[in-house]
This record gives sequence, C-alpha cells and structure tokens, in this order.
Amino acid sequence: MKVQIDPERCQGHGRCYDLAPGLFGDDDEGYGQVLGDGEVKPDQEQAARLAVLNCPEHAIDLVQEA
Amino acid sequence: MAADDRFTEPFRGAADEPPPGIRSEIITGPVADWATDFSHLEPEWAADPYPIQDDLRQRCPVAHTERFGGAWLPTRYDDVAAIAYDTDRFSSRSIIMGNYRPPLDLAPLGGSPPISSDPPIHHHVRKLLLPAFTKAAVARQEPGTRAMCHALIDALGDRDVVDAAADYAQHIPMRVIAAMLGFPPQDGPRFREFVENTLEGINLPPDERVARMETLFEYLYAQVQDHLASPRDDLTTYLINAEIFGSKLEAEHVVGAMALLLIAGIDTSWSAIGSSLWHLARTPADRERLVAQPDLLPVAAEEFLRAYAPVTMARLVKSDMSWRGVDMKAEDWILLSFPAANRDPAQFDRADEVIIDREVNRHAAFGLGIHRCVGSHLARMELRIALEVWLERVPEFTLADPAAVTWSAGQIRGPRALPLRIGLPWLACRRCRPYSTWTRSTATGSSPSRCRRRCAGCSAVRSRRRRCGRRA
Repeated sequence: MKVQIDPERCQGHGRCYDLAPGLFGDDDEGYGQVLGDGEVKPDQEQAARLAVLNCPEHAIDLVQEA
Repeated sequence: MAADDRFTEPFRGAADEPPPGIRSEIITGPVADWATDFSHLEPEWAADPYPIQDDLRQRCPVAHTERFGGAWLPTRYDDVAAIAYDTDRFSSRSIIMGNYRPPLDLAPLGGSPPISSDPPIHHHVRKLLLPAFTKAAVARQEPGTRAMCHALIDALGDRDVVDAAADYAQHIPMRVIAAMLGFPPQDGPRFREFVENTLEGINLPPDERVARMETLFEYLYAQVQDHLASPRDDLTTYLINAEIFGSKLEAEHVVGAMALLLIAGIDTSWSAIGSSLWHLARTPADRERLVAQPDLLPVAAEEFLRAYAPVTMARLVKSDMSWRGVDMKAEDWILLSFPAANRDPAQFDRADEVIIDREVNRHAAFGLGIHRCVGSHLARMELRIALEVWLERVPEFTLADPAAVTWSAGQIRGPRALPLRIGLPWLACRRCRPYSTWTRSTATGSSPSRCRRRCAGCSAVRSRRRRCGRRA
C-alpha cells in the first residue's frame, strides 16, 4: 500500500504531516509531501487512513499495489 | 540608506473625498425571517447562531437577505465548499460583508492581499507569505508563546473569578503577531481597537467606518517608516523588501498585507481559545478528561475548531446567474459560513455534539481551496499551547455567570467576556501536575514572608510573597 498526494488539490492544511509524520512532510511553503516512496508499513496503516480521512481537500489517496 | 519613495508620501486619509465604491442602505433591527432577512450582526446570531443555521439548512439551505445591498447564506457543507472552490464565479475582492463594496478595479489584488485576491495573481501574492507560516516556522514562536501563557496566568493573581477572554485568550495571538510583525508589544490595546473597527461596527455610518480604518492605516504607515529607518528580521521588513516578478510591492500592497496579518491574526485565535475554554468550563467531563490526558489535546482542539469555528468569510458574485436553484445577481454578497458547514449532519456524524476524541474530522474551520488560512499552523500552535498551559495551571474552572458571557458580533465569533470561577487553591503544582492542589499554610494578608502554599501532592512550597504583600 502506498500514499499519494494530489498536488493540485493540496492547500497546505498540514493534517497529513500532523497525523502521520512518518509518511508525510512539508515543503518550504507548507504543502504536504510524501516521504520517500510512500510505502505504508503495516504499523503505519492506521496513521495513513487518518491522514486520508482528515484531509479537508481530499488530496490524499491510499493506493493498493498490484 | 536611500529613502524608499514608495512610502515617502505621508498617508493621507480620504476625509475630503470618500473612497469610490458602492454603498448600500444600512438596515438594522430584529430579523423577520432568517430565510429572507438574515443578518449576522443581530444579537440573536451573536449569542447562538447554530440553531438558526440548523433551521436554515433544513428549510432554506441558501438563505437570502435584502440587507447589505443583497446577500446569500449557504448553510450546507457542499454549498460552502462549492463556493470556496469556485473562484471563477465568486470573487474575494471584499471578504468582510457590510454596506460598502470596494470599487471593481480593486480586483484582482484587493485591499488586503492575498485574502482579498483572485487568481491568477493570488498565487504569487500568497507565495510571499507561506514560508513565514509553515509548521516549522511557527514552531519557533512556541517557547515564547508558552512562557507568555504562564506569565498571563501568573498575572491573574489570587482572584477567584477571572475573565479568560480579556485577561488570557486575547493577549496570546496579539503578542505573537506583534512579535512576528515587529510592532511594539505595548501597542496591544491599539490592536484590539483596530480589530473591533475592522470586523465589528459594520453597520456604522460609512464616514465613521472610513475614519476608523484610517487610524489603522496611519499606524501601519508609521510602522513601515520605523522599519525603513531600522530594518530588522521580521515580517514588516520582509514585506517592504519582498518582490513579485522582479519588482518591489506597491505601498498599498505592503500595508494591506500587514493589516491582514494583524487583524486576521488576533481576533480569530482569540475566539478559538475563548470558545474552547467556554466549552470546557461548562462541560466538566471533557475538562477532566483533558486534564488527565493532555495527549488528547491536539485531537480535541480540532473538534473545538470544527464545532466553534470562529471564522466566516465573504465573497462577491461576479455576474448574474442561477446557482443551485437561486437567482444570484452580480455584486450580491455570499456570507461563506464555515461554522455552518462544520455542523452539517450530511458531512459529520453527530454534527451538533462536541466529541473531543473525534478521530475523523474533515472540518473547514480554516477554509477550503486556495484561500486556506495562511496562519492555520500558527493558530493551531497558539490554541494548543494556550489550552495546554491553562489546563495544567488551572485544572478546575466553571462559568462564573453564564449570562455574563458575551460574544462578538460579525464574521469572527468568539467570547469577548468570559468570567470563569477558578478553583482555589488553583495553581496546579508544576512538579506533580495535574491533580495537585495547594493549601495555604498561612492566611492571605499575613506578613508577606510567611504567606506560603503547600502542594498536597508533593509538599512543594510556593511562596506568594510579592502578591500577598500587595494585597495585605
């Protein structure tokens, strides 16, 4: 499972890097960024879901890899 | 240093020549029907707008009023979001709804960029401010904010009733933003006056509104002059030197952005901190839980932001159109109520309840889309620290007199008088917090050197020498 941020939707609310700091960080302007390749380890799944569900802009997706 | 000719003309008020723009008839007085005659400036709305919004959402989800020269009030989350995202049809040229619409040629920058700016310039103007307000940048203000919160509580003295809005909440954002802009901290009382002039008193005669705004701009021009004479590492100097497309900003842009940061930075956080304390004062179970579980505070703070979102914005309709079943006219206002959106049961389970451990909370307290509050990270830090320190130091408090609580009228809503009865002995021991209590080992008013309190938890002794001496 991987997390993705849609940069067109992200407005820098920062909910993702507040709730899942192991998966997300911010850039110089506060927009969310996926750390590394976005791979979600089993112990990060709950945090990843919270980030998805709390993003006010619906900018985060959790994608299942084939 | 060479004079900066952008600011050499002294600021001149427009007293002889009223500013161009469109004025509408001022209509005040009791609302006949909220669906056709709403006003966010009436006392009923200020006291408790939520039942009104809930009712409108049911029977007239896009309400109208002839006041303010014509305005619409959507109360469903989906409608509020749609308007926030639709910058093609809704302009931010003025974001404070009243009886004055600034001239059309003020767009696309607006009077207080970037909140008043429309695309495409909005993006470039906003970019200037974003780096100063990232989570990491505002974290630098955290130790100072925490120390200030402790100092404010120290200054409450031995009173058993304190005003948490006037004596605590308002000072926190005021001092933080003054420090960031590089304004003298002792100017706090003036800032409060500026805030009230800008955001309240919307229905005053236009001449009086203009005169009041002039005092704000005179103050800001004086601050610019001071920073030109002695530049320093703060937002004012930053804005004076900032460039867009290789050119420095116009004077009106610099001062407009300063006005925005000052006004929007104060009233909003003041309201959020005050509303949260108001909720905790009347909800002992939530207060006790947060005292026992301070780790829950960031989650609870999001719920306070949802349920008591302080900020409502405004937009202006760009041209006549039919929108979701209503006929909007060019220059109609939209009162963009994020508080109403945040209580829409179609978007939130148990929307009318405050659930301090609500884990999924996609609220819109800081807006949606390109105008997301630029200070949201700062506001979250201020709210979290303000509540953390208060609960640590004053774990027990109740409303001293519910009828004495007053709320600001207008687009920023929060308590302006919040008398709280705080448990005596009320200072939690910093060593064995949070449940410790202090007992007096000598009575107030006795000899200063003998007036002490002992913590029931760890027997630490706190001397109250100076304050007792004054009271004696």
